Amino acid sequence: MAKRIDVSGLTAYYGSHKAIEDISMTVEPRSVTAFIGPSGCGKSTFLRTLNRMHEVTSGGRVEGKVLLDDEDLYGHGIDPVSVRREVGMVFQRPNPFPTMSIFDNVAAGLRLNGKYKKNELQDVVEKSLKGANLWNEVKDRLNKPGSGLSGGQQQRLCIARAIAVEPNVLLMDEPCSALDPISTLAIEDLIGELKERFTIVIVTHNMQQAARVSDRTAFFNLSAVGQPGRLIEIDDTERIFSNPSVQATEDYISGRFG
Amino acid sequence: MDISTQKTDQAPPPTAPPTTTEQKRAARGATRPGDRIFLGLSRGSGILLLAIMAAIAGFLAYRASLAISKDDANFLTAFEWNTGVIPPKFGIAVLAFGTVVSSVIAMVLAVPIAVAIALFLTHYAPRRLRSPISYVIDLLAAVPSIVYGLWGALILVPQMDGLFGWLDEYLGWTGIFSWDQGAPRSMLTVGILLAIMILPIITNVSREVFRQVPQMHEEAALALGATRWEVVRMSVLPFGRSGVISASMLGLGRALGETMAVATVLSPDFDIHASLLNPGGGTFAQNIASKFNEASEFGRDALIASGLVLFVITLLVNGAARAIIARRKEYSGANA
Repeated sequence: MAKRIDVSGLTAYYGSHKAIEDISMTVEPRSVTAFIGPSGCGKSTFLRTLNRMHEVTSGGRVEGKVLLDDEDLYGHGIDPVSVRREVGMVFQRPNPFPTMSIFDNVAAGLRLNGKYKKNELQDVVEKSLKGANLWNEVKDRLNKPGSGLSGGQQQRLCIARAIAVEPNVLLMDEPCSALDPISTLAIEDLIGELKERFTIVIVTHNMQQAARVSDRTAFFNLSAVGQPGRLIEIDDTERIFSNPSVQATEDYISGRFG
Repeated sequence: MDISTQKTDQAPPPTAPPTTTEQKRAARGATRPGDRIFLGLSRGSGILLLAIMAAIAGFLAYRASLAISKDDANFLTAFEWNTGVIPPKFGIAVLAFGTVVSSVIAMVLAVPIAVAIALFLTHYAPRRLRSPISYVIDLLAAVPSIVYGLWGALILVPQMDGLFGWLDEYLGWTGIFSWDQGAPRSMLTVGILLAIMILPIITNVSREVFRQVPQMHEEAALALGATRWEVVRMSVLPFGRSGVISASMLGLGRALGETMAVATVLSPDFDIHASLLNPGGGTFAQNIASKFNEASEFGRDALIASGLVLFVITLLVNGAARAIIARRKEYSGANA
């Protein structure tokens, strides 16, 4: 299921403001790639161009190519809705549907995709919740609202919801920044398991987290406020954190930024 | 929120419950003059509201009891309104039926359209169309009800023949839509007029509610591959549900109590008609408005008794709406 992402010459705008400029990179299937960089450097914007969520914002538009295996996500006649069914996303703040039960939250994506029999749904929901390491905690209260869970549980519920539709790629936009350290650890362990099945891209402000969970790390930076963000370098995580090839990366990682 | 934090800041430790007036006041957070004045003002406003409600209810109940005790017919079930004869005979059955039926017609027509307009304005319309359309809807709310009544009587009523004929031809067999070719000053016409009148308030409140749907709820649906309509269905409508119910209740309140527009359009009598198309029937407010000026002292008491029933119906409807909202509180967007 997992697919390769191949980005070439990608530039994204908010109206007339250029948010990121000329980004090219390849993300291998069944790997975890972390995006790091200072606030405003465009890493979240870039992440959102990978499932065409960027254009939901008014004035959002994109130039360049994003290939998922061989299919151009921005090609002619490609429906953004179908792109988002292939490329799942987990957000910074846990956002389960507040009016839905835990079960319905996980089943939501499946129900969008078509008709399922009740027992098929049950199987997928159980499998997804197990895949998100949440099953044991919620199996007795599947009909309770998802918003009644703790923050960390809600985030794992959102991951279960995202993986229930078997996406090819899973995007995570600072998935732990609203969570306590124990919940964060649970999510990080989960990311390690999920990469067996999915291509994962994660934006994080937490450098230790990037070092812990990712195989490759991309460093983004911007030359000044108001300037577009750029990809400075992407390399194996070990290398980025020990011996990066660009001085700016080393400065950022060692805290000598700015 | 503020009061509770101040409580923990200033109250003595829990082992010693506040005993003196001074301490109790401190526990409420009302030690500074500004706090005390604001507390007094807000509490006074709350009490004043309750007092006004109680005064209205008391007045209605007292005057109503004077009339009902002398009523020779069954006040709840009689199909007549003769307060000038001895013994007087009057009942509110027809009025209750007409009030409920015309309001239900208005709600059935107005709520879906209002919700659709609100969704269009918040989620579909191009940005530059939003404020002009909202402005026109606000204007609709500013039109006085007597103007609606005149428009209804002079423009709407003469236009209804076509619709009534069509309904009679295809749905006449149900009985509800049969038509004897009389003037279309009937419950359906009243309901349509009321629907137009309550449309703006429901639209405006729903629009505000839909606009407040958190971005993250909509993105949750979008990220799953939801189309625009599916985002509306999965995120916007569930979040806005209680708000739409509240908006509908505001509209219903106006429909139940609408006086001049109904009195101008309806051709009333004191009978319950199965057909919505044939003229006749009446509503509480319309009946009070058309009879009050010429009524004797006793006649007025009788009309006030019917007003009391309208008051009770309105309370019941509001209570029911609150119960619906409360029933699914744990699923509401409020705790997200």
